[in-house]
Amino acid sequence: MPREAASEWQENAAGPVARTHVWRSLWESRELVALLAARDLRVRYKQTALGVVWVLLQPIASVAIFTLVFGRLAGISSQGVPYPLFALVGFVVWTYFSSATVRASDVFISNPDLVTKVSFNRLAAPAAAVLPPLVDLAISMGLVALLLVYYGVVPTWGVVAVPVWLALLVLTALGLALWLAALNVRYRDVQQAVGPSMQTWLFLSPVAYPSTLLSDQGELLYSLNPIAGLLGLARWSLLGTPWPGWPLAVSLGMVAVVLACGLTYFRRAERFFADVI
Amino acid sequence: MDRVELDRVSKRYVLGQRLNAREALSAAAARMIGRSSRPSREIWSLRDVSFSLADGEALGIVGANGAGKSTVLKILAGITAPTAGVSRTRGRVAALLEVGTGFHPELTGWENIYLNGAILGMSRSDITRRFDQIVDFSGVERFLDTPVKRYSSGMYLRLAFAVAAHLEPDVLVVDEILAVGDAEFQRKCVMRMQEAEKEGRTLIFVSHDLETLSRLCERSLWLESGRIRDSGATEAIVRDYLASSLLAQGADTQRFESDGVVVHALRALPVEKGAGAVLMRGDRLRIETEFEVTHDVPGLDLAVLVTRSGGARVIDEVLSERSTVRLSRGRYRVSLVLPPLLNSGDYTAGLWFGTQYEELLDLTMAVPFTVHGSHVDRPERILVMALPFEVDRLDAAG
Repeated sequence: MPREAASEWQENAAGPVARTHVWRSLWESRELVALLAARDLRVRYKQTALGVVWVLLQPIASVAIFTLVFGRLAGISSQGVPYPLFALVGFVVWTYFSSATVRASDVFISNPDLVTKVSFNRLAAPAAAVLPPLVDLAISMGLVALLLVYYGVVPTWGVVAVPVWLALLVLTALGLALWLAALNVRYRDVQQAVGPSMQTWLFLSPVAYPSTLLSDQGELLYSLNPIAGLLGLARWSLLGTPWPGWPLAVSLGMVAVVLACGLTYFRRAERFFADVI
Repeated sequence: MDRVELDRVSKRYVLGQRLNAREALSAAAARMIGRSSRPSREIWSLRDVSFSLADGEALGIVGANGAGKSTVLKILAGITAPTAGVSRTRGRVAALLEVGTGFHPELTGWENIYLNGAILGMSRSDITRRFDQIVDFSGVERFLDTPVKRYSSGMYLRLAFAVAAHLEPDVLVVDEILAVGDAEFQRKCVMRMQEAEKEGRTLIFVSHDLETLSRLCERSLWLESGRIRDSGATEAIVRDYLASSLLAQGADTQRFESDGVVVHALRALPVEKGAGAVLMRGDRLRIETEFEVTHDVPGLDLAVLVTRSGGARVIDEVLSERSTVRLSRGRYRVSLVLPPLLNSGDYTAGLWFGTQYEELLDLTMAVPFTVHGSHVDRPERILVMALPFEVDRLDAAG
């Protein structure tokens, strides 16, 4: 029995912020995170006849359209790799980012009872929500591999950096997800805004075109978009396009800012989730 | 050693706090130009509530709806933060404020046990270790691989409680969950809580079921409008709480109103002597109510209730089971006459209006009355009925 006499007092006091360490609390809830993520996956694929096919359909359709519009008609440069491959990598990365944040944004409001009746580490919910889309990402990577073989593109040693940009990608999604999930509890407008914003953001990001289309200063400004640097990094690592350089550093700085502020805001807001949901 | 400590805890809710972005922006703008928008209404759900509990102690909390009982539990469990004051707990706190939160209908019973356990704070190995006990307790082992959306509501409830019951917390916080479920289920739940108490866990229990509360908790707290009205031995608290219920002895002055029904009077009187007289043990008792049905509610029904101090329900007579009268719009007087059945002691008469699907008005403990006179031999006996025995001698002697 977990009944050690010296177990510490836990306080629930007036005041804005709980005094627990963010990353440690997340680590302690890792089983909950895993179970919540597994639940989402199970629920999603239960009673779907085609399962995986749906995952592949979207990138194939989108890349076909991008290839026609951007590659053929507009003749946009694809940094020396075949355009479909270029667009596919961009789209796969983007799809993860967008579906992870969209899903995570409604983790609380889709289950208000959980917030008002149960005390659990609230961080676990958005953290779990950004994981299941990784499965889609992995499946889509199979498609990327297929296209690499088809076009005879030999990956460079940059491929070893895949785990690095994947981790950064998850953290970026988490940073944004924390904001959206917490804001959504108070303002349901968030839910309405997420979809259209993501649509716009897609075209503001170098998914279908390279960021090198812009002038040097323009590119630096452009890379304030945290996902821009990650797209460059992903293409560098998979397709051997040029190293993104400074703009990557700017993007990563933005990732850090979004994540740090997201965590801070979330920790303050979560104390009152149950009151305002 | 102390396990739980509330130190001058207050909680304020601001009504209408859920704004949309437009309202929030205009409120912020109004604040910036120094003109505050319409003041939001505040409600103090708790005011300066303090108490402490040691290992193995059990505390009951009584109070009317909206007295702040659930808020105390939510603050203890860390679901919401107090507006002022501190709540301290030691060890693992498990709060059962509702059975089955976190269950997912698409997942199987087996998957839900793990998921729900994790949400309630159990580790994977804890759950695995107690898995068989949980399944045993729930009695759904044949359906573990079935999605819970196909469960009957009873099975669902049993499984959900089974998970929660095996949390092994240091502090167990239980809200009115026994209101659901059948008698057998309730008995099991109460037994499980008694066990937890014996194992030295600290229990905090909120219920309208005062009899169970008296059985589980030696101490109780009486909340009224967010403040502690009284605290002490459960027996005394429950008696005072019942006696305080709204009305003077035997008759009422207040009106009770709900959507569809307005109760003008509720009285408990001796039949022979009329209002104002003392009710003696040998008297017949008339419980009489006058009320008005303000608009037609299909299937409207009423029940007359008598509750013994201590919480045991003695009489629960439903009109539709005894009469074919339909309660349509209009004014009524309904009375129920009891033979000299009740032993001496304190009771409350109550009234319930509702349909098969919803409750319109619940005045469970509206009118306290006392049956005076000496106990008929055994004071713990509630009903004195002189039922006939049959005695047959089987050895054919004589």
